[in-house]
Amino acid sequence: MPPSWRRWLLSDAPTSRRQARAARAYLGWIAFSRNPLAMLGLVIFLALLASALFAPALAPLDPVSGDLANRLLAPGGEYWLGTDQQGRDIWSRIIYGSRTTLLIVFMVAVTAAPIGIVIGASAGYLGGWVETVLMRLTDAFLAFPKLVLALAFAAALGSGIENAILAIALTAWPPYARIARAETLAVRGTDYVAAAKLNGASDLRIVLGHIMPMCLPSLIVRVSLDMAGVILIAAGLGFLGLGVAPPQPEWGSMVSEGRSQILEQWWVCTYPGVAIFLVSLGFNLIGDGLRDVLDPREGRDG
Amino acid sequence: MSDAIIEVENLTIGFGEGKNRIAAVKGVDFTVTEGENFGLVGESGCGKSTILRALAGLNEDWSGRIRLCGRDMDKKRPRALRRLAQMVFQDPFGSLHPKHTVDRILSEPLEIHGMDDVEGRVRLALDQVQLEPVHRFRYPHQMSGGQRQRVAIARALILQPKVILLDEPTSALDVSIQAEVLNLLQDLGQQMGLTYVLVSHDLGVVAHMCRRLAIMRQGEIVETAMAEELERGKLVHPYSRQLLVASRGYDRNAIDAFLDH
Repeated sequence: MPPSWRRWLLSDAPTSRRQARAARAYLGWIAFSRNPLAMLGLVIFLALLASALFAPALAPLDPVSGDLANRLLAPGGEYWLGTDQQGRDIWSRIIYGSRTTLLIVFMVAVTAAPIGIVIGASAGYLGGWVETVLMRLTDAFLAFPKLVLALAFAAALGSGIENAILAIALTAWPPYARIARAETLAVRGTDYVAAAKLNGASDLRIVLGHIMPMCLPSLIVRVSLDMAGVILIAAGLGFLGLGVAPPQPEWGSMVSEGRSQILEQWWVCTYPGVAIFLVSLGFNLIGDGLRDVLDPREGRDG
Repeated sequence: MSDAIIEVENLTIGFGEGKNRIAAVKGVDFTVTEGENFGLVGESGCGKSTILRALAGLNEDWSGRIRLCGRDMDKKRPRALRRLAQMVFQDPFGSLHPKHTVDRILSEPLEIHGMDDVEGRVRLALDQVQLEPVHRFRYPHQMSGGQRQRVAIARALILQPKVILLDEPTSALDVSIQAEVLNLLQDLGQQMGLTYVLVSHDLGVVAHMCRRLAIMRQGEIVETAMAEELERGKLVHPYSRQLLVASRGYDRNAIDAFLDH
């Protein structure tokens, strides 16, 4: 980074809100980058991103159609990670499967988190019957195990990636609503919210501008920690045939397809399983790193 | 006699519902005239801050009558009337939003009320409270307690209110900063023709800032006195005298002579 940028970012007298915000983000980045495990998580995430973006360049062979003459070949030679029962290159399928994984993770994060924060923050701030209705609804969703509920939704909606995303998002928001409500209750009685009321701020302005920013750090941390779970649920739906329609590559369904040969041709389900494991681990490490930066209350050793 | 700017009649404020309801303030009356700084003094829990929050419109669970600038206040206060009275809170660490810059803290009230020349007003407000332009884009955690309290004062002034409600504005500050902030408040009050209502348990601060004060105990005003009477020790009610003795520091004989009311 050029020294002049650094000086601009670390200035003790920022001259615009943009600079103040950038400086805050930069200090957060410095703290995050000091954590080697969090950086490892970031590297894994960036690798996932790169493989999704550049899949055609990284995958040597067609992920969808295979050569039946070359079915169930062991790793090595032209097929780095071997081939599956339809003669498709597993490495290429894993690379293309990262697109599915990333899409699911991204869509779930951008749908479930906003739903959760809006429901939780409104319930916590408004109180009364609004809170009762919203939080009992949340409890009703929380009462079912996530995977079972997602299965029920996916089964009702039919298979397909859009429905899998919808099913996962519908089961992922309740914990976010609870976190947002808990943070809101802590913030609602503070003097700075009282000061905003005194200034004549509307309820909408207070919730959006004063309360939600205080809920965001713990929510971001929770979402990134949950991403591993989302990937596993998506893989589980794929495994049960409720996720992505074949022959599109998806890690969960790849594991599922290989289970009949798990002892003789172990590579068919092992390598997609390793991919699932690595990406889940990466999101967990990022989540831990973010927690130390954004939410220092929980402590470094926590 | 100048006009009454705050008139409070038979103000009763309670917390809780039904059987558990506790009256924190019991039928209090007082009047503050324009430009006269008024102090509310008493021990913790006597209801002085509760009165202040009701005056500010933060507590909506009261009965009786509150008039500000000759206008009756409803329990739900409309946006335009909020401008009449602003408040400075006790804790400068808790009264500024930790994720908002000073600039945002000061310009948001102006945006809410649709006031023009936001840029100029923010600069003026910073100047009035003797903060430098370099502080404008800082976050609260990048400033000292005294600087934060100045920001809180600037926020209270920026809507050009008639009345400023001060809730122990210096008790969370270092002793060396306390005098600075009090002098600043006094100067601003004179320049801008403000009326202060100051809540404090520190008789010295009240005597310094106010012309008149009310001494409260258990939700009632036991005595209203002029500041000179306080300084000359001419308080009438036994509780007020006790408070005065207590404020002069610890004295074994004086404490032994105290009555438990």
